[in-house]
Amino acid sequence: MIGKKAFPYAMITPSMIVFCLFFIYPIGYMIYLSLHDWNFVSPVKDFVGLSNFTSLFSEQEFLEVMRNSLVYTVLTVTLTTGTSLGLAVWLNKQGIVYRFVQGAMFSPHIISLVSISMLWMWLMDPDYGLLNWFLGLFGLPESPWLTDPSTSLLSLVLVAVWKGIGFNALVFIAGLQSIPRDMYEAASLDDATWFRTFWKITLPMLSPTLFFLIIINVISSFQVFETIAIMTQGGPINSTNTLVFYIYEYGFNFFKIGYASAAGVLLLIVVSVMTFFYFRLLSVKVHYR
Amino acid sequence: MAQITLKNVSKRFDDEYVVNNMNLTVKDGSFTVLVGPSGCGKSTTLRMIAGLEQVSEGEIWVDDECVNDVSPGKRDVAMVFQNYALYPTMTVKGNIEFGLTNKKVPKKERESLINDIASIVGLENHLYKKPQTLSGGQRQRVALARAMVKKPKVFILDEPLSNLDAKLRSQMRTELIQLHQRLGTTFIYVTHDQVEAMSMGDEIVLLNKGEIQQNDSPMNVYHYPVNVFSAEFIGTPAMNVFLMEKIMPYTSNIDKDAHYVGFRPEHAAILTTQPYEDSHCITLQGQLLTRETLGSETIYQIKHRAGNFTVKSFLPPLEENNKNVFVSIPYEKLYFFDENKEQDRDHHWKQASSLTVEGM
Repeated sequence: MIGKKAFPYAMITPSMIVFCLFFIYPIGYMIYLSLHDWNFVSPVKDFVGLSNFTSLFSEQEFLEVMRNSLVYTVLTVTLTTGTSLGLAVWLNKQGIVYRFVQGAMFSPHIISLVSISMLWMWLMDPDYGLLNWFLGLFGLPESPWLTDPSTSLLSLVLVAVWKGIGFNALVFIAGLQSIPRDMYEAASLDDATWFRTFWKITLPMLSPTLFFLIIINVISSFQVFETIAIMTQGGPINSTNTLVFYIYEYGFNFFKIGYASAAGVLLLIVVSVMTFFYFRLLSVKVHYR
Repeated sequence: MAQITLKNVSKRFDDEYVVNNMNLTVKDGSFTVLVGPSGCGKSTTLRMIAGLEQVSEGEIWVDDECVNDVSPGKRDVAMVFQNYALYPTMTVKGNIEFGLTNKKVPKKERESLINDIASIVGLENHLYKKPQTLSGGQRQRVALARAMVKKPKVFILDEPLSNLDAKLRSQMRTELIQLHQRLGTTFIYVTHDQVEAMSMGDEIVLLNKGEIQQNDSPMNVYHYPVNVFSAEFIGTPAMNVFLMEKIMPYTSNIDKDAHYVGFRPEHAAILTTQPYEDSHCITLQGQLLTRETLGSETIYQIKHRAGNFTVKSFLPPLEENNKNVFVSIPYEKLYFFDENKEQDRDHHWKQASSLTVEGM
């Protein structure tokens, strides 16, 4: 009898061990560290209470970092979602051209972010980059791209949107194809214009897909790291320094582990709140068939 | 209110004709039922009238306007879909209102129209619910209300009852008939169910393989089927049809012109004892195979050397299986078809007149 009862637990033990070891334990340890002062090598961890958090919020640099993260996230998510939805509506057709464009758009998704970062650094080089050459071709003013604080964050948004569009559009297309054809037929018999059909039928029925994409985009944008680490190192003048890069710098360059962990706890809270909000919204607002 | 005319209408997908050179007039205010087996082109015809499919050849006229290039929303037709196709993100009210808003009907008028329709179909208490919380019958009513509220010239119904259970289906059948009488609008109704076709239509268009087989009133289709397909499709159980040469050995009273002969299961009498020789009837001796007792009637499968056939009887059911039975069919109830499976009218008449002579 006991053997029978224990069997299911035995079956999930391996995954639970992995889950605890690589998920629960690091989170717990991070929270523990955020309450201490530690330099990564010292055998002593001094308990400092919440002072890591208070100094975090009194730091002008950290507030800038939070602002950057927010701006980056809002811009990336709106641009990625909006553009890919438009493209998905356009590409949701049969035909070799559409399939080719879909494939071409998706390809950035499978390239490593490091390669993408290198590629865009070349493209965005102010002196011999392809983008400025292109702008010049049309007589447009050249842009300093990554080298100026006023354009650096936007340039990173551009890279993120470019990488994200293919995947997002693909998920949108799948969502569009799951809308029954007779919905559109009924709408055409109801004499609905294209725009009204889109606004009143397509978009509401696409809402589960839309919200899913928004939330995974928000979370991944908030956690952006690779492009910043490779392309700008948070500069110039801190203009592209975002939360995860900030944590990395304080933890592994300045060895202020407690301080970095406190920022990590904040990131965890932000992401958790957004996820919670997302699921609440899903159950209330979003239409599920 | 409108008359619909199909002039040489064809629909092809690639090289395959789904509807072939169809000529049809749907009379103003009629309840016309397009009926036929699946794949006969009835739904395609309907969708062409609605404008959801383009015609490949020919013209569709509503009254005196050719609507080939008119978009579905401007044709003044309303359609009820097989699976209702209600907008799941809108409430019942939103579903009914959508078409009106598109036509820019003022809000006050919309409200009163919706309230009227809701009380007709009995949805007053469900106006603010989402379709997925309603039962099948209620959804059906929402679909009807959505079509009715637009006051269309033509109602198009694509197998609207096929998703309902048997009891609800017969209830909705009656309601649809009443609705048609009340509105007086032209109804075009598609079904594969001949019972629905017979009970609801005042005009039946029987289709097979994209072509019209027969277009007549239900009783005429039943009594005067023009071909074997029509004879076998209308009526339950289907008409028994034999090759003439198989039946010839058992009778002497039919001349040999016709190629096929048939009789309806309900026109035959089943007996356990040999009846007296009767010049008005053909009598076939066979063995009882199966018996379906349906309460008011009984359906028998009978094994005969000419082929198995069915008999429907309203008398108390016979008890034993595998028993010898005698089935008599009056000559005047026989149907004759020529080698193209078309009705052999001349033959039929000859037989009928010779019978009267004998009867005198």
